[in-house]
Amino acid sequence: MTGEPLLDIRDLRISYRTRAGTVPAVRGIGLSVLPGEVVALVGESGSGKSTVAHAVTGLLPRGGSVDAGSMTFAGADLARADESTLRGLRGRTIGLIPQDPMVSLNPVQRVGHQVAEPLIIHRLADRPAARRRAVELLQEAGLAEPAQVARQYPHELSGGMRQRVLIAIALAARPRLIVADEPTSALDVTVQRKILDHIGTLTRERGIAVLLITHDLGVAADRAHRVAVMSRGEIVETGPVRQVLDSPRHPYTRGLLAAVPGLGHPGAALRENGGAPRPRPVPAVTPLDDRDLSAVAGNPATASGDLVVAEDLVKEFSARRGERRTGRRAVDSVSLRIRRGETLALVGESGSGKSTTARMLVRLTDPTSGRVIFDGQDITHLDGGELRRLRRRMQVVHQSPYASLSPRMSIAEIVSEPLRAFRIGTRAERSRQATALLDQVRLPAALLGRRPAELSGGQRQRVAIARALALGPDLLVCDEPVSALDVSSQAQILDLLVDLQNDLGLGCLFISHDLAVVRQIASRVGVMHQGKLLETGPVEKVFASPFHAYTQELLAAVPGRSAR
Amino acid sequence: MRHYLLRRLFQAVFVLWAAYTVSFGVLYLLPGDPATIMAAGGGDATTVTREQTDALRHQYGLDQPLAEQYATRLLHAVHGDLGRSVQSGVPVTHLLRQALPTTAQLAAGAMLLALVLGSAVALLGSSTRRRWLRQLLLSLPSLGVSAPTFWVGLVLVQLLSFHWRIFPAFGDEGFSALVLPAVTLALPAAALIAQVFAKSLRTALAEPYIQTALAKGASRRRVLFGHAVRNASIPPLTLVGIMAGNVLAGAVVVETVFARPGIGRETAAAVTAQDIPVVQGVVILGAVTFVLTSLAVDLVHPLLDPRIITTTRPAVAA
Repeated sequence: MTGEPLLDIRDLRISYRTRAGTVPAVRGIGLSVLPGEVVALVGESGSGKSTVAHAVTGLLPRGGSVDAGSMTFAGADLARADESTLRGLRGRTIGLIPQDPMVSLNPVQRVGHQVAEPLIIHRLADRPAARRRAVELLQEAGLAEPAQVARQYPHELSGGMRQRVLIAIALAARPRLIVADEPTSALDVTVQRKILDHIGTLTRERGIAVLLITHDLGVAADRAHRVAVMSRGEIVETGPVRQVLDSPRHPYTRGLLAAVPGLGHPGAALRENGGAPRPRPVPAVTPLDDRDLSAVAGNPATASGDLVVAEDLVKEFSARRGERRTGRRAVDSVSLRIRRGETLALVGESGSGKSTTARMLVRLTDPTSGRVIFDGQDITHLDGGELRRLRRRMQVVHQSPYASLSPRMSIAEIVSEPLRAFRIGTRAERSRQATALLDQVRLPAALLGRRPAELSGGQRQRVAIARALALGPDLLVCDEPVSALDVSSQAQILDLLVDLQNDLGLGCLFISHDLAVVRQIASRVGVMHQGKLLETGPVEKVFASPFHAYTQELLAAVPGRSAR
Repeated sequence: MRHYLLRRLFQAVFVLWAAYTVSFGVLYLLPGDPATIMAAGGGDATTVTREQTDALRHQYGLDQPLAEQYATRLLHAVHGDLGRSVQSGVPVTHLLRQALPTTAQLAAGAMLLALVLGSAVALLGSSTRRRWLRQLLLSLPSLGVSAPTFWVGLVLVQLLSFHWRIFPAFGDEGFSALVLPAVTLALPAAALIAQVFAKSLRTALAEPYIQTALAKGASRRRVLFGHAVRNASIPPLTLVGIMAGNVLAGAVVVETVFARPGIGRETAAAVTAQDIPVVQGVVILGAVTFVLTSLAVDLVHPLLDPRIITTTRPAVAA
């Protein structure tokens, strides 16, 4: 891995033309990738790292232009190359593995055809040969039964399988460089590891260089030879992985490292020991009778402390009409309890049933069977006004603050909407309340008149939390509340949630696929897999000595373990 | 697939029955005595004697209870008997069959033209790199949609028949007589197709899978025709299905403007004369056209997009 760099970026400047004028996205970066080397470009969203990936592949979005600098690739300057030269390089010597496998394959074409396409475009094979080669490529990408997959359409494959198809496409013409733009951030942690392992093996065997774009320092630590840290369009630090992660020189890198919620992170451990949830005085509750307790035995909690108890919850999604098969069991006999002021985390891959379980707890989805007891009352079959009154006491914070806030409402309207819905207070009182709520989530009152589009992701999620707190609920369900955010916004939101729990004594169900996040915020954790709750227990205990084989696998798959 | 087909067929039958029932309700239950209207034959109802109306009432079964009338007529209709025209006494089906070919020619010609024209404008507008051409082409549709059919027809006749004498303005003699009416009928339809197709092409071209295709080294043309067109084709196709039913309505105006015989002319005449069986016949013909084209469109959908019908579940593991 010495000698001439394969890709040599020098003083690259890229800007976007917008209505508000020209916005610089990349401000004079230098970066080189040697043949066969894996270089990780790490940064938060908005840092310009994806713009670099687009520029290297010659696919800058409309309005983007290279203002200065050079990108020398195998002797040619990509910054100055014309369209047909770039077309000859794309898919031939530079392969791209895109970000989101769910939407990056053409939905109306068979997989085999899409894998064969680069070979046909670059005249590396005729149609029948390309078709045969596509099957081999799918096999090399780690797909079992490649011949069958080749005949299928993308929607018939899982996210991980689709990403393998995209890997096969990127490798089809045996490129010399692969640009992998957040190749696994849309995938579950266990799938992520397999995919990254596979990209690693394939590129190592073939001597292909990789420019890995990622926001995940853990991924970078595990996979790259060298790391370049990018912030606000500039590369602030670059060097061998160990050097950058072990002794970061730039304050931004240090901040980024500190923000990563680690599995054994000292800050997180400290918070857990020192900041145990202080239960606030709670109103007297009707104790559950003995039968209820026996149904959820195995938990030493006292009945009076239980806020929510789920007993044998089952959710079956009925098969489509005309199908012979019976429905799928999304949730299979899940029993759990959340005590007042306690945070229970549910972890598991997507499709494991954690969101469905949460939705049943707050009666947004009706269970097929089983019971939900909230504050001593069986709420499984409540409806109409009673259910509506119950909604005051349980609120949800959704995954994406980009989708959960109406773009046409002001922040003040969004935050006070629950109050309006329950006709609480006068207009003036509600507006005072909105200010107080924003203050509670540490946002300035100046934001009240703004619209969601004017706020950052982290600010939006604070607004969503303020809205959830408006009615003073007893139970807060957070469904992956930080997974759409950058690491540093993530850390801030998690801090806020921990503080809110301590101050308000909320019972909280926290859903996440990220074990490190769970460690920081929850006192107990439940691991879900294929609709079943495999094990529950105190976070430290489950993480230190996982009982179930699946939990062990999940813990082992977390990226960046080797780095810390 | 069989299940999908059966459900679509069932829906089609239901739509036909509903069209018959509603038109029956509207035409027979509305105020005004059908027999009096029939006896007057579009003329002045005061000259009609009571004997005449009674005879008519008996002849058309209008003296039966309404439910019975409905049942008998529906039964007849199922067997292809839609009654006789009040004015001429000719069976309605016969009348329609005679008028249908010229209108079918017109409608088919117009739809074909609309498809070709609309798609061409949308494809060119979406693929050209010249900004002025793109702007021009993509603003054409809104212009076309807002121009009323009869006005376009009159302008075309004025220019192409009277001024330049290229195409005949009237009649149904040969192909050249078809051109002007078909163009008139096609223009607004083409504009709609262009508008919807251009919009869905723009959406498709912004999808990440287009990025994947570009990253393979695909040319602009390959990306447009190989990846975007098929993904973008469902909305305009659905529109075509809906418009085919509207072409009949358009035919009423166009056939009047161009003095062309056909269903449109028959409809206009039957409405003026309050010839209830013929009007109902036309309504049912419209429903049949609509149902058949919708059925055809529904059957083409799964060929364009496999997600519409395949029910295979995504596999679990990677």
